[in-house]
Amino acid sequence: MNDASRMAAEPVRYVAKNMRLDLRLIAEMIAPGARVLDIGCGDGTLIEYLYRTHGCDARGIEIDMAEVTRAVAHGLPVMHGDADNDLSQYPDGSFDYVVLSRTLQAVERPREVLRQMLRIGRHALVSFPNFGHWELRWKLLWTGRMPNTTVWGKPWYETPNIHPCTIQDFFDLAAQEGYEVEKWLAVDEAGQRSPWRRWPALANMFGEQALFQLRKA
Amino acid sequence: MDQPELPVVDHQHLVLDGPLMLDCGTELSRVRIAYRTYGTLNAARSNAILICHALTGDQYVAEPHPVTGKGGWWDMVVGPGLPIDTDRYFVICSNVLGGCMGSTGARTPKADDPNDLWGTDFPPVTIRDMVRAQKRMVEQLGIARLFAVIGGSMGGMQVLQWAASYPEAVFAAVPIATAPYHSAQNIAFNEVGRQSIFADADWEQGRYWQSGKIPARGLSVARMVAHITYLSEEALTRKFGRRMRGASLAVFNDIFEVESYLRHQGSTFVRRFDANSYLTITRACDWFDLASDYDGNLSGAFAGTRTRFCVISFTSDWLYPTSGNRAIARALNGAGANVSFVEIASDKGHDAFLLDEPDFHRTLGGFLKGCADHAGLAP
Repeated sequence: MNDASRMAAEPVRYVAKNMRLDLRLIAEMIAPGARVLDIGCGDGTLIEYLYRTHGCDARGIEIDMAEVTRAVAHGLPVMHGDADNDLSQYPDGSFDYVVLSRTLQAVERPREVLRQMLRIGRHALVSFPNFGHWELRWKLLWTGRMPNTTVWGKPWYETPNIHPCTIQDFFDLAAQEGYEVEKWLAVDEAGQRSPWRRWPALANMFGEQALFQLRKA
Repeated sequence: MDQPELPVVDHQHLVLDGPLMLDCGTELSRVRIAYRTYGTLNAARSNAILICHALTGDQYVAEPHPVTGKGGWWDMVVGPGLPIDTDRYFVICSNVLGGCMGSTGARTPKADDPNDLWGTDFPPVTIRDMVRAQKRMVEQLGIARLFAVIGGSMGGMQVLQWAASYPEAVFAAVPIATAPYHSAQNIAFNEVGRQSIFADADWEQGRYWQSGKIPARGLSVARMVAHITYLSEEALTRKFGRRMRGASLAVFNDIFEVESYLRHQGSTFVRRFDANSYLTITRACDWFDLASDYDGNLSGAFAGTRTRFCVISFTSDWLYPTSGNRAIARALNGAGANVSFVEIASDKGHDAFLLDEPDFHRTLGGFLKGCADHAGLAP
């Protein structure tokens, strides 16, 4: 980027390039002008991007107060709260998309959170780290201990990830709850979309992260 | 206790056109609203911010007070380049109806005779009455729609009432350290204050002004009790701990530093505040229960609102704790409103909203900037 274009880009703090991969993929799935709720929005990177580039009415919920303060001080509509406790008060169908990125595995009641997401939103966009990835399987098999990787970086007694699942587990839950999987994809370590689009079993082996778009069937 | 005279100051004011109907059914005529403004109203009349003051605050938000000579009560927040930037926004702050800094209240004459004051005959007013009067004042200033209404504590209750009563006239609303209704505990503390005023012989059934006295001791004790509720235990401990002023063991002297601090707070308060006004305004707070006008459903107060909200609370505020502010934020979610909600970490108690809290100031300033962007206000 040359200096001139950097100057021009100044008012926009976040550009898609700098966004976390899963957020960039989520942003691609969201229609312009949509009403979006981002649960676990952090400092509001995604909602700012959706507002500035897609003209979305994007709002956020975040559990970490320092992040909430940063987001609101940046002019973004973010409220302190969490997925387990702060979805029930929203009216039915308040949003077109409800986003939960890399948080499902850390909530207390994942199934209830998904239900709430599809009550208040027409579509749910859910990303999570895939516990079925080969490296995790191999480490557990070979060392006999809880696997530790870059994605699953914390020891078992410190991890906030109390409900890990695999891509196939998630397909099963969606079917059991009567949700239609509108889109899904898995990405590998390098952040590339994995080529196993048609084979969930392979995606489950080689996809490091998964992203699902659901709606009520 | 000596009897300080309340100084007579000519406050800038306007008189409302036509009578003002109160919730109690009384109609007030020739209502005076004292106010101050800062900054410049733009040509589109779209950059006006109304600041609503707290129980014992007034319109002197960002300039020295004409009675006490102290700096404005929010001069850290309101001014050029500050979070409520007077280079960008036109700021209005008025003394509430029932107040004692120039607006119609217990200390103003009933009718033409300047010596026939309202006193305890002043009708009970509600937060909604205060807001009604403010709406009329703002209209008379030629402003149909406020860019923002902002206030802490009782000011926050007014903000909520504004958003509920006049949603189309409020682009953004910032209720700070406030509550959706006065709790039994809030009412209880207010009642102690009122009883201490009633118990002062100089109160004279509310007609103290006829004998030129003021119920200084009663009003001072009311202020002392209230002041305790504005501070957290940590703040009191940090400021005073158990430090003593001297080694004397006299029972009636102030022995601990915290005592002399509270006495000082009480004695300076009576020089600027009217006892009957204190009774009127504490009652207005006690009556406040926004949901009660909407079948007990707080979300109902904000149904269909397009106002952008920012609810702010402080961790150590036990007078209007985070729980009540969170209830407001959740009710706003229930109404589908655009709401930001932040709890600022502070150990200063309820008073934090008046003090140097950088995170709070950043949050407030950033929220307003974001709203200005959405409202299309020129930078």
